[in-house]
Amino acid sequence: MEMFDLTLIWAFIIGFGVIMYVLMDGFDLGVGILFPFAPSEQDRDTMMNSVAPVWDGNETWLVLGGAGLLGAFPLVYSILLPALYIGVFLMLSGLIFRGIAFEFRFKARTSRYLWNWAFAGGSTLAAFAQGVVVGTYIQGYETANGVFTGGALDWLTPFTVLTGLGLLAGYALLGSTWLIMKTEGRLQEWAYKITLPLLAAVLVVFGIISVWTPFIDDMVRDRWFSNLSVIWVLPVLSLLCAFQIFRSVRNRFEGMPFVATMGLFITTYLGLIVSRWPYLIPPDYTLWDAASAYNSQMFLLIGLLIVIPFVLVYTAWTYWVFRGKVRAGEGYH
Amino acid sequence: MELDPLILSRIQFAFVVSFHAIFPVFTIGLASYIAVLEGLSYKTKNPVWITLSSFWTKVFAVVFGMGVVSGIVMSFQFGTNWSNFAQASANFLGPMLSYEVITAFFLEAAFLGVLLFGRDRVPPGVHLFAAIMVATGTFISAFWILSANSWMQTPAGTVLRDGVFHVTSWTEAIFNPSFQYRFTHKVIASFLTGGFVVAGVSAWYLLKGREVEANRKALSMCLWLLLILAPAQLVVGDFHGINTLEHQPAKVSAMEGNWETSRNVPLLLFAIPDQENQTNLFEIGIPGLASLILTHDWNGEVPGLKEVSVEEQPPVAIVFWSFRVMVGLGLLMILFAFIGLVLRAGDRYWHSRWFLQGMRFMSITPFIAVLAGWFVTEIGRAPWLVYGMMTQAEAVTPSLTGGMALFTLIGYVVVYSLVFSAGLYYLMRVLYVGLEDNYDDEPDESDRPMRPLSASHVPFEMDEYSKSNPARQGDH
Ligand code: HDD
Ligand code: HEM
Ligand code: HEM
Repeated sequence: MEMFDLTLIWAFIIGFGVIMYVLMDGFDLGVGILFPFAPSEQDRDTMMNSVAPVWDGNETWLVLGGAGLLGAFPLVYSILLPALYIGVFLMLSGLIFRGIAFEFRFKARTSRYLWNWAFAGGSTLAAFAQGVVVGTYIQGYETANGVFTGGALDWLTPFTVLTGLGLLAGYALLGSTWLIMKTEGRLQEWAYKITLPLLAAVLVVFGIISVWTPFIDDMVRDRWFSNLSVIWVLPVLSLLCAFQIFRSVRNRFEGMPFVATMGLFITTYLGLIVSRWPYLIPPDYTLWDAASAYNSQMFLLIGLLIVIPFVLVYTAWTYWVFRGKVRAGEGYH
Repeated sequence: MELDPLILSRIQFAFVVSFHAIFPVFTIGLASYIAVLEGLSYKTKNPVWITLSSFWTKVFAVVFGMGVVSGIVMSFQFGTNWSNFAQASANFLGPMLSYEVITAFFLEAAFLGVLLFGRDRVPPGVHLFAAIMVATGTFISAFWILSANSWMQTPAGTVLRDGVFHVTSWTEAIFNPSFQYRFTHKVIASFLTGGFVVAGVSAWYLLKGREVEANRKALSMCLWLLLILAPAQLVVGDFHGINTLEHQPAKVSAMEGNWETSRNVPLLLFAIPDQENQTNLFEIGIPGLASLILTHDWNGEVPGLKEVSVEEQPPVAIVFWSFRVMVGLGLLMILFAFIGLVLRAGDRYWHSRWFLQGMRFMSITPFIAVLAGWFVTEIGRAPWLVYGMMTQAEAVTPSLTGGMALFTLIGYVVVYSLVFSAGLYYLMRVLYVGLEDNYDDEPDESDRPMRPLSASHVPFEMDEYSKSNPARQGDH
């Protein structure tokens, strides 16, 4: 009676949810990472304004990722979170502080610098922790009988620190290209100026990771190097996106750098997925090992197919309500 | 000393969920109140409704923000500290939490932006619609999470196979035996919270003689609402208890402090339960009343705690006393609602100083009652996590060490204390400045960004406001 391979459909949905989260919360975390370096306090106000009405919705994709994993691939949820126990705590603290900073910073006068720190520090911590998650995912976990058996700090290795820094740079790039699109004048000029160095940093770190990964894992090496396969299209596309960012910044395009950065993220993400496919919890469990019951996947899928289109429509609508450039000192109400 | 990850995880979960719980219980009630105010304003065009709505929206923004950040923590707790439980119950809990996200959280997040900052960007009808959507979102959210929780109390529609729950009937699992009572009881609790807070704040302004017209209206509205809801909560709570007697008799025995199964059981007003010796050290009670309440018969049989082995008994004293706190406050609420009705004669309800003072004090009672109620429910099911199926000890993450658990417990306590004191401080500021928002004429335009709190132009520091408004100094 199990007519479809729901697990495969679910892999696609969770994959979609994760990249939605990375792209959407990525740019607002990126704005937070760049926050301390902004030219002036007034520019910081504008930066914050540019993400304030949408950050809450962006972060909801993270909650969906968590709940969706529990619903469709419970094993991932129950191995990943214990394995990353301390890291998850750090990420959540980061998210708490930056969420609160949105609320309090503009009300503060003498204590404003504290909320600047909370916003920048929280964003940086959360972004770094998420990069570490990616690193541990590539690295794999120690498990037995479906439970994590490793130690509290297994997730902290030179490799995961590098992936943490990589995502930090990547989010900062999303943030700077977002600012190019949403702001003007001095702030936009500044965003143009920092975009290329950030791009260089991203390429260097991503490059090191790409060279390093095959060495920590035979499977990844075989996949990429045993014979020349079509998956090499992905890194080529990534490089094309990077070139497009470079070109569009040079030509002072406003929307293209952001779009091309999203392209860079998507292609890199796909590259990561094909390296590990079909393992969801390397090195032991595949998608199918980690899946929940057919009936639960079906129950959730029906709702998702009905509701998600509405979610996408009204999310798009809010972006449209608050469309256009954010100007310094502009009031929205 | 050996640190026990189970105990520490329980403390941590109790702490983070109790922290989270105090925000939704307020926002659910307040969101509906704001939607009503927006509706009245849309219909009558009377500016007083806009004034009230804008003011309460500011308060809402702060509380909601804290609800969101603490809620995000919650959705990861199941995996970090209770991974065996997450793994076992994922077939049911996973879809429930996911439905909550897609049907409620996205709705709230998207329309909140429009509610807070969209007044000049969208037509009034759309703004009203946004307010209604936010309120709807809070109910949908409560629906799913309370269903998940009720299933843990009174599991139904599932079978346990190889240590994993499989759903056999979604309707039976979602609408499990205690769900309807819990949902109704919780929604009324939320309205009571919203009602008493709004009434208390209005009373405080009336005491200071500020914005009398708007505050009198607000107080009057709330008192009518409370007059209906406070007694309703007693009735619903009674049904809830009778239902619990059927499904979780040990919990009810603990609530009543009743050790022996017997007839004509007294309702204990005061007692010191002594779990070690399986008896009460001291008790004052009303003969037969517990039997009457629970079985609707003076001579009805009420089960005692000794029906279950000592290991399967919940910690009696906490449950017993939490229950009395909740019910005691519930009765006090009914009392105040009725006094409000009596004082309507001669318009005294907004003149009588002692009544207004009393209402001020009452505004914190719903929060205490709500936490006490949750303690009864959650501690009363100990040692079970999924009642009769899975214990707390089976549920905890196997790889978790005491040290790790202690680290995050301390971490959350520190982070939440900072966040909570800042939030509370800011709320006080919003309340202190009050309805007429005279910070609008500030020259510094940059303090009008579009985030939740920008809905008000109140500086964070108390002293600065007083400085710029010398007239207000000392006027507490
Ligand atoms: C009866 C109501 C109720 C209860 C018992 C809970 N919540 Fe809650 N929660 C809400 C009612 C609510 C809400 C009213 O929908 C909130 C409050 C403020 C807000 O933003 O939405 C919310 C926010 C909220 C968020 C943030 C949503 C967002 O990003 O917008 C998450 C992830 C959770 N909750 C998760 C949980 C979990 C895992 C709980 C159980 C342990 C829990 N909540 C108990
Ligand atoms: C929001 C209001 C809630 C409050 C105030 C609350 C309070 C508590 C408290 C005090 C405990 C500790 C019991 C003990 O260890 O002795 C507990 C346990 C627990 N509750 Fe709740 N609870 C709430 C809602 C929920 C919901 C909605 C769920 C699930 C969907 C839930 C799941 C749990 C779990 C898994 C435990 C076990 C962990 C433990 O024993 O500490 N709770 N809760
Ligand atoms: C006035 C008399 C009241 C009675 C007889 C009553 C009865 C009950 C009972 C029997 C439970 C435990 C249910 C169970 O776990 O099986 C409960 C839980 C609870 N009560 Fe009350 N209650 C009363 C008033 C209140 C008030 C005034 C509030 C808050 C404003 C409140 C909030 C709660 C909450 C939040 C819970 C936990 C969630 C739940 O299980 O519904 N109660 N109540």
